[in-house]
Amino acid sequence: MTAITSDTPATRQPISFALLAQVILIANSFIMLYPVLVMVLSAFKTTGEIFEHPFALPDFTQVQNFTKVLGETAMPTYFINSILVTGTSIILILVLGTMAGYAVARYESRTNTFILLFFLAGLMLPLKLAVIPLFILLRDLGLLDSRWSLIVTYTAIGLPSAVFIMAGFLRTLPAELEDAARIDGASEPRIMWSVMLPLARPPMAIAAIQNAVPIWNDFFFPLVFIQTDARKTLPQGLTTFMGEYTTDWGMLFAGLTIAAAPITLLYIALSRQFIQGMTAGAVK
Amino acid sequence: MQASRQQPRTLKHQLWVAFLVVPPLAFMSLFVVYPILSAFAYAFYDWQGLARGEFVGIKNFKEVLFGVTMAPVVWNAFLHNVYALVALMIIQNGGGFLLAWLLYKEPFGFRFHRVAVFVPVVLSTIIVGFLWKLFLNPNFGIVNQALYSLGLDFLAKPWLGDSSTALGALILANAWHFVGFPTLVYLAGMQRIPPEIIEAARLDGTNEWQLLKNVVWPLVAPSTTILFTLLFIGAFNWFEIPYVMVGLDGSPFGTTDVLGLVFYRTAFGNQSASIQNFGLGSALATLLFLFIVVFASMLTLWLRRREIQF
Repeated sequence: MTAITSDTPATRQPISFALLAQVILIANSFIMLYPVLVMVLSAFKTTGEIFEHPFALPDFTQVQNFTKVLGETAMPTYFINSILVTGTSIILILVLGTMAGYAVARYESRTNTFILLFFLAGLMLPLKLAVIPLFILLRDLGLLDSRWSLIVTYTAIGLPSAVFIMAGFLRTLPAELEDAARIDGASEPRIMWSVMLPLARPPMAIAAIQNAVPIWNDFFFPLVFIQTDARKTLPQGLTTFMGEYTTDWGMLFAGLTIAAAPITLLYIALSRQFIQGMTAGAVK
Repeated sequence: MQASRQQPRTLKHQLWVAFLVVPPLAFMSLFVVYPILSAFAYAFYDWQGLARGEFVGIKNFKEVLFGVTMAPVVWNAFLHNVYALVALMIIQNGGGFLLAWLLYKEPFGFRFHRVAVFVPVVLSTIIVGFLWKLFLNPNFGIVNQALYSLGLDFLAKPWLGDSSTALGALILANAWHFVGFPTLVYLAGMQRIPPEIIEAARLDGTNEWQLLKNVVWPLVAPSTTILFTLLFIGAFNWFEIPYVMVGLDGSPFGTTDVLGLVFYRTAFGNQSASIQNFGLGSALATLLFLFIVVFASMLTLWLRRREIQF
């Protein structure tokens, strides 16, 4: 083992450096994880216990904060809305992104450059700054204060990156694949659906994760578009919840824990895919 | 590409291709291109609530940049965005670079540390903001509680209520949230450096600091370009952390006010009292947009020149 690692040049260094590196990394991971741990532990405490013993371990059988958040607040509604909005947006992004990406990658056309430039512009422009006209457009379409206002906005933001990820991958598939199917008399839609797309699951997963995390976590667009409590998503609903229970810290930490739990657990289970997906735009 | 491919050029084929490209293009035109073009136009009009009034030329722009009531607020906020940008470049991107270098050597437990540093990145900014707001509470937050239990009572402060520490606290909360992102992007950049280059530098007897400064840093320039550009865009769009932790007015006394908050207050601020001005909001958004596009492109071009092909 030592013989192998000493072959990598970067690992050859004095012991003192290695020790310092360990200390820094452990300290950093502690700083990253301890606040999350305190959040979870505090969720099992009463407000009094949090104030008296902020660092103590709680009695883990005290789950009344959680049952209260899930039973007496609108948190489950926010949660369902987040799932509906994120899920529908991702499906739309993948469907539309795959359609455009496939056409650009697999069919020669003089318009391909124009189409790619069009989506490149969409990738660069922060739609957040066009929120006023978007607000008026959604009002005119009768979508304001509905979940669809969020779904179309997120789809518009996520679509360009999905087109580039899909086109980049589909371009690498050999032409022989579709030529063989064509000789067998398969139609173009059939070639796309049965021959090419089954191979394109990995880039679809990347595009899905890259978009799902920011959509799930977004706060700005719901804040502007949604007024009705029953249509709020989790981050926006959380601000309503935090405003209602300001003094009940046990409830606040339980609410934060419940809001953070799904994505954190998913990340721990799929950390490699999450890291790959979320840094996909910045790592070539 | 695959130029020799035989493809039928029939009407049926063209309809099929149109079926594939028209819906995505139409969607983008309606929900991205049209709003962005309108955003520029809206800034030249007077607005009464949600209704567009008459054309007023550059009046809104003048008010945003030089107006007696608006301009001081805008420039005060702009300055805070610049502070945040500089501080986050050093803490978040600089810290990420150093952490990436430590992880690159694959020390004991590096897989764990790599997953740990990215945990806050996946959390919603709203969760991060509220969490740190509770932790920084003057009486019951764990930051001051920890200082008390260590006997460092004199260091305890109402962090978010004190003009001298509030903005710094927001910047640190942001760095806690996002440092994992530059860390892992830099790590990927370092892993693409051919190992022979680092080996050769080691054989020449370079020390750790020289290796980092003269070999690794120049060779991860492509990662730096992307990270600094993203941070630049992010710093001038900064909104969620300040909104959650110090509120819409950038309290105390506007010492944490940033352009994102000014924009939101101007455009959507008080819908119930109908204190909203889409004209001024659009002018501010347009100026911010032009500023970001111009400076981000300049930054990208300048950083690109540092990149070395290998």
